[in-house]
Amino acid sequence: MGLQKKTVPFTGTEEQKAKLLKVIAEMKEDKGALMPILQKAQEIYGYLPIEVQTIIAEELDIPLEKVYGVVTFYSQFSLYPKGKYKISVCLGTACYVKGSGDIYNKLMEKLGIAGGECTPDGKFSLEACRCIGACGLAPVLTINEDVYGRLTVDDIDGILAKYQD
Amino acid sequence: MENVNIKINGVDVSAPKGSTILQAARIAGIEIPTLCYLKEINEIGACRICVVEVKGARSFVASCVYPINEGMEIYTNTPQILEARKKTLQLILSTHDRKCLSCVRSGNCELQKLSHDLKVEDEGKYDGENPEYEIDYSAAHMYRDNNKCILCRRCTAVCDKVQAVGVIGANERGFRTSIASPFGMGLGETSCVSCGQCIAVCPTGALSEKDNTDDVFAALADKSKHVIVQTAPAVRAALGEAFGMPIGTNVEGKMVAALRRLGFAKVFDTDFAADLTIMEEANEFLDRVKNGGVLPMITSCSPGWIKYCEHYFPDMTENLSTCKSPMQMFGAVAKTYYAQKMGIDPKDIVMVAVMPCTAKKFEIGRDDEAAAGVPDVDIAITTRELARMIDRAGIKFADLPDEKFDTPLGISTGAGVIFGASGGVMEAALRTAVEKLSGQKLEKLDFTDVRGMQGIKEASYNVAGMEVKVAVASGLANAKELLNKVKRGEANYHFIEIMGCPGGCVNGGGQPQQPASVRNFEDIRSLRAKALYDIDAAMPVRKSHENEAIQQLYKEFFGEPGSHKAHEILHTSYVKRGLY
Repeated sequence: MGLQKKTVPFTGTEEQKAKLLKVIAEMKEDKGALMPILQKAQEIYGYLPIEVQTIIAEELDIPLEKVYGVVTFYSQFSLYPKGKYKISVCLGTACYVKGSGDIYNKLMEKLGIAGGECTPDGKFSLEACRCIGACGLAPVLTINEDVYGRLTVDDIDGILAKYQD
Repeated sequence: MENVNIKINGVDVSAPKGSTILQAARIAGIEIPTLCYLKEINEIGACRICVVEVKGARSFVASCVYPINEGMEIYTNTPQILEARKKTLQLILSTHDRKCLSCVRSGNCELQKLSHDLKVEDEGKYDGENPEYEIDYSAAHMYRDNNKCILCRRCTAVCDKVQAVGVIGANERGFRTSIASPFGMGLGETSCVSCGQCIAVCPTGALSEKDNTDDVFAALADKSKHVIVQTAPAVRAALGEAFGMPIGTNVEGKMVAALRRLGFAKVFDTDFAADLTIMEEANEFLDRVKNGGVLPMITSCSPGWIKYCEHYFPDMTENLSTCKSPMQMFGAVAKTYYAQKMGIDPKDIVMVAVMPCTAKKFEIGRDDEAAAGVPDVDIAITTRELARMIDRAGIKFADLPDEKFDTPLGISTGAGVIFGASGGVMEAALRTAVEKLSGQKLEKLDFTDVRGMQGIKEASYNVAGMEVKVAVASGLANAKELLNKVKRGEANYHFIEIMGCPGGCVNGGGQPQQPASVRNFEDIRSLRAKALYDIDAAMPVRKSHENEAIQQLYKEFFGEPGSHKAHEILHTSYVKRGLY
């Protein structure tokens, strides 16, 4: 199976699989079962990699493409796990006019991933978020619980260097 | 049926209850343009090209899915309607790669025709930023150029609903939407069966077979090669469409003449190998019945069906007849028997096959399809590609005389020619098997129960005291339904014929494309199938085992059907592929 991109290796457990199969068995016969099953599956695994989507497709006897089409349509679903360090860049109005778009692009370039993705080593995930109420510090990003404000693109290397463990 | 009275453009029209506005307008002699709509396959009312005005309605309605009601007043040609259609089309064109001059569909592109009909004067009016897609060449038989895709979803609908394959679909959302396989897989990495039905329904040049016509021209120019050609039964029933002839015109004679003028050393007929297939398959069937072999036995002529079975029913590959398809049998005979007879090294023979089928391009590269140590068939081209070759060579097809196939591999029977329609292989097999089992001559050769365009057909025949139950399915969703019934024990057959494409090879993925404006109102499958049944009815010999060339082939070369030699050359093996 040829994935275009390298991704974090799948580490799903038997317990998670048993949970998912139970959810599917309960909902299988309902009309429009795919959406709620996907939501539950994302609760169980945190994201929806090919391994999880394949289980769902086989159990529902529908093509994998049908599952994948729905997953990629809705922004609530993610194909990638959250990293050990979850980077959120505010693209709200104030941050955006202060240049957070450039910061977001710089992070994509440095990490080699697009928004919504996770580095193959599982360390960093990157996403855009809406206003976090810290407009006075614009442009703002957060890494897990840490907040960084009044940023320029030149600050990025120094910030990422703090998360090397 | 109850009728409903409506007014279209001020004219009274009476149409059957339940009709759409599109259908009612057609009855009134008005053709409303469509783009995404494909009858019974893609009825989603999405593209908005077919909009009309309904008096009292809040906005323009999509006529393809809007049902008529008593007293409805409809306007199809007001300036507002014409403008709305044109604007919609211009917006679609804004993301379309308009390289029309070099496009494979130039001249029979539905988008191009619409642009002309709707009087688009500025195709770039709404041009802006566009995504750029890499062309997917990963499959053996076709490519997908999403830069030309207009997201009509006809391909995904036919793949999912008609063929129960569903390896392509709409991914992402809004401006980023594209038709593709899951997780960035190329089509060649999926469980695509190569049937090409997506190509047959594509309105643009986004989907096409991989063109091998240059390979054929190059082979024909190589003086060290003996280049021969075989043509499948269904090709003669559709090739004429590419030259403007009515659907269902039998152009066998002109086709042979054209191939000869293209420079083939011999013009042979796959029908010959269809007769040979019957000899081997009937023998295999009788052997399975007598000796407790795996039943039901299922035909193996259709490479799209074979690949489907390998992917989706891997536990049933033992049910497949081990017979190679007629195309492969033909190649195998050409490179053994014929090569010996002519004193030519099989390596110097180039076997070209003209097929109504795209899966044949995949089939020629399968394992265990090389009886003489070289591939049985070297190049498989579609009916469409042959038409392109004829055009490119400047051959005036309509003006050609009718010519005959070369002998001996061009000699065939009525049983061979009906292989191109759903039920034809079964009927041909029955004509031979019944006579063999009963030892008596059949009085009536027509097995009409297995003819026709229903997706699944069943019949039962009393043959020499034994009840033989048969079933015929075409279109892979029908095949899936039938096989699941067999697996659940709800149905019990001895012999099943399955063809991958709905209606059989006449409606193959490699046949000339008919636009939706034709497909929505005419059954192209029946019209083409009728051409084959008419040929059969007029043939002097209509049973495969009475083909003199086949009898001679067994006498001189194979001995008996099912002999060791026949097994080595004419039979093959399958792979359990599974889904992922």
